[in-house]
Amino acid sequence: MNHSLVDVRELYKSFGHGEAKTQVLKNLDLTLQTGELSALLGPSGSGKSTLLTILGTLMQPTSGSYSMLGTDLTTASDHELTTFRNLHIGFVFQFHNLLPDFTALENVIFPTAVREGRERPSAVTRGRELLTRMGLANRIDFPSTKLSGGQKQRVAVARALMNKPELVLADEPTGNLDKESANQVMELIGQINRDEGTTFLISTHDESIATRCRRQIRVDEGRVTG
Amino acid sequence: MLYAIKIAVRYLTANKAQTSLLVFGVAVGVFIFIFMSALIGGLAEFIMARTAGDLSHVTIEAESQDPPLLIPSPAETILLVQQKDSTRTAQLSTIDAFIPIMEALPGVLATSQQITGGGFLKHGALARQVSVTGLEPDKVSAIVNLKSYLIEGSAELGTGTILIGKTLAEDMSFRLGQTVRLQADTGIDASLIVSGIFETGSGGYDRRQAYISLATARTLFAMPQGVSKVEIKLTDLYDAAATAARIEAVTGLPATPWTENAAQLLDALKAQGQTGLLLKTFALVTIIIGVASALLLSTYRRRPEIGIMRAMGTPRSFVIFVFVSQGAIIGLVGGLLGAAIGYLVLLMFPTREEFRPGNLPIDITQGAYGIAILLTTIGAIAASILPARSASRVDPVTAIGQ
Repeated sequence: MNHSLVDVRELYKSFGHGEAKTQVLKNLDLTLQTGELSALLGPSGSGKSTLLTILGTLMQPTSGSYSMLGTDLTTASDHELTTFRNLHIGFVFQFHNLLPDFTALENVIFPTAVREGRERPSAVTRGRELLTRMGLANRIDFPSTKLSGGQKQRVAVARALMNKPELVLADEPTGNLDKESANQVMELIGQINRDEGTTFLISTHDESIATRCRRQIRVDEGRVTG
Repeated sequence: MLYAIKIAVRYLTANKAQTSLLVFGVAVGVFIFIFMSALIGGLAEFIMARTAGDLSHVTIEAESQDPPLLIPSPAETILLVQQKDSTRTAQLSTIDAFIPIMEALPGVLATSQQITGGGFLKHGALARQVSVTGLEPDKVSAIVNLKSYLIEGSAELGTGTILIGKTLAEDMSFRLGQTVRLQADTGIDASLIVSGIFETGSGGYDRRQAYISLATARTLFAMPQGVSKVEIKLTDLYDAAATAARIEAVTGLPATPWTENAAQLLDALKAQGQTGLLLKTFALVTIIIGVASALLLSTYRRRPEIGIMRAMGTPRSFVIFVFVSQGAIIGLVGGLLGAAIGYLVLLMFPTREEFRPGNLPIDITQGAYGIAILLTTIGAIAASILPARSASRVDPVTAIGQ
C-alpha cells in the first residue's frame, strides 16, 4: 500500500517586488506517494527547479503548504529543516557537486558523518557497499577530482542514498553525461527505487529519461499540468 | 566535532602553499612579539640594574641642623649672615641599635652604614676633588656591586686602602698598589694604598668616587661614632616606598625611597613598556588581519562546497566550527613555530650573565612564549569568527548554482 510522502497544496513562489516581481509557482498542488519514481518535465522557466528547491527545503514558498512525512515544513525553523533534510532528503545535482578535497568514500559518507560528528565504522561500511553497488568498488579511495563525469555522478547518487532518505530529488542528473553514463545512472536509480522503495523525483528535459519513470509530472507556467 | 576538525585540516592541507605562507606569516608576527618582549624586558632589567640596581633603594640620612643662635634677642631683629659649613657632617649617632630591626624587616636584602664626605686626592703637584665613601669592609658590594665593576685588584677594603675609578686612576696616573694621599675636607689627611680600580661605565662616578673603609673614614672625617647615612637594598626595588614608610614607623628615622628622586627614570621605563606593548599589539593585529583575510578568501572560494554541505543537512554551527578550527590550527601552529624561531634566534644573543655594554640587552627568559602562543591562538580564533559566520550564512541555492 502506497502512503502519501509529499503533500503540496496551493503553493506560490514569487521573486522580487513591485514591477520586478516574478511569479514562478502559482497555486501548485502535488502529491508524491512513497516508492514513486517520477519525472518532473517542463520547459525552461516553468518552475521545475524552484519546485525541487522548495521540496528539498532549501527555499521557503511565498505561501501555501508543504508537508512531508506528516511534518509541516513551511513553518519549521532553519535548524529543524537542516536536520530534516539530512535525515529524509537526498540530492543529486546536474553537476555532481562532490567535495573536491575528499575521496569518493569520504564524499559518500559525509551526510552521516556530519550528523554523527565522526566517521563511524558502520557508516564506512555502508559507504563502501553503496559505491560497490554503483560499480565503483575499485574507485572507493580515489580523490573525487580524479573520477570521470559518470563516476562522479554515481558517487553523487550513492551520497544521496547514504542516510536512507525517503525522498531523493534529482535535478537533471544525466544532463551532463554521455548516453552510456546516463543509462548507467538511470539504471541504478531504477534499481534502488525497486529494491529499497526510495521515492525519486527527477527533473529532466529528456523525454527518454522521463519515459523510464513510472510517472511523469508536467509543470508549465508554475502549475502542474499533467 | 572531530569530523569538523578533520574537514578543517583537510581544507588547510588541500592548499599547502597558501597554508604554509599563512602559518609563516603568523609565525613572523609571533617572532616579533617574542623578540620585542625579550628586548623590552631585557632593556628594562638592564636599565634598572644599571641605575636603580646600584642605587640605595631606601636611604636614611641624618637631617642637617642649623647651628644654634648664640646671641638670643627676643626684642630686636638681628641680621645674621652665616656661611654654610661644608665640613660639618650630620650624624646618625644611634643607628647601631636600629640596624638589626631594619635587617629583620621583610624585603630588606642588606644594609650599609656609610660615612661620606669630600676630599682631595693628591699626587705630586696634581690634585683631584673626590667624593669619599667609607664602607663596612664586609659590605663593600652591598649596595653598589663594586666586585662586578672591578677591573684591577681586589674589592676588599682594609685600613689604609682605597678603591678608585678607572678615569681617576688614569687622570692621576695611579697604579694598583701605589700609595696616594687623601686629604679630607676636615683638613685631616692620610696615606692610602690603591687596592682596586673599578669601572662602572658612568663617567662622573669613575672620575670622582673613592671608597675607603669605615674605620679610615672615621679618622678622616673626625667621626668617632655614628655614620652619615645608611643605605638599604631591597629584594624588590618597587617595594621601596612601602618599606621606607615601615622603617620610619619602626625607627622614627627619616627614610627616603629611591623612587622619590627617580620619577624621570620611572616615567622612561613606563614609556618604554608602553612602546613595547604597542609594538606587540601591532604584531597581534597584523596576525588577526592576515588570518581573517585568508579565511575570508577561503570562504569565498569554497562557497559552492559550503552550499553542498548545507544542502546535505550540515548545520550552520558545523560550518562555523570548521572555519573557527582552521583559525585555531593556523594560530596554534603559527604560534608554536614563531615561538620556536624566536627562542632559537634569541639563543644567539648573550645571556643576562654574559651581557656586556654595546650588546643588545635581550633577555631570553622574558620572551613571553606561552602568552605569545596563547594570544595568537585566541587572536586567530577571533579572526576566523567573521569568515566562519559568513560561511554559515551561505545560501545553498545560490552557492550550488555558482
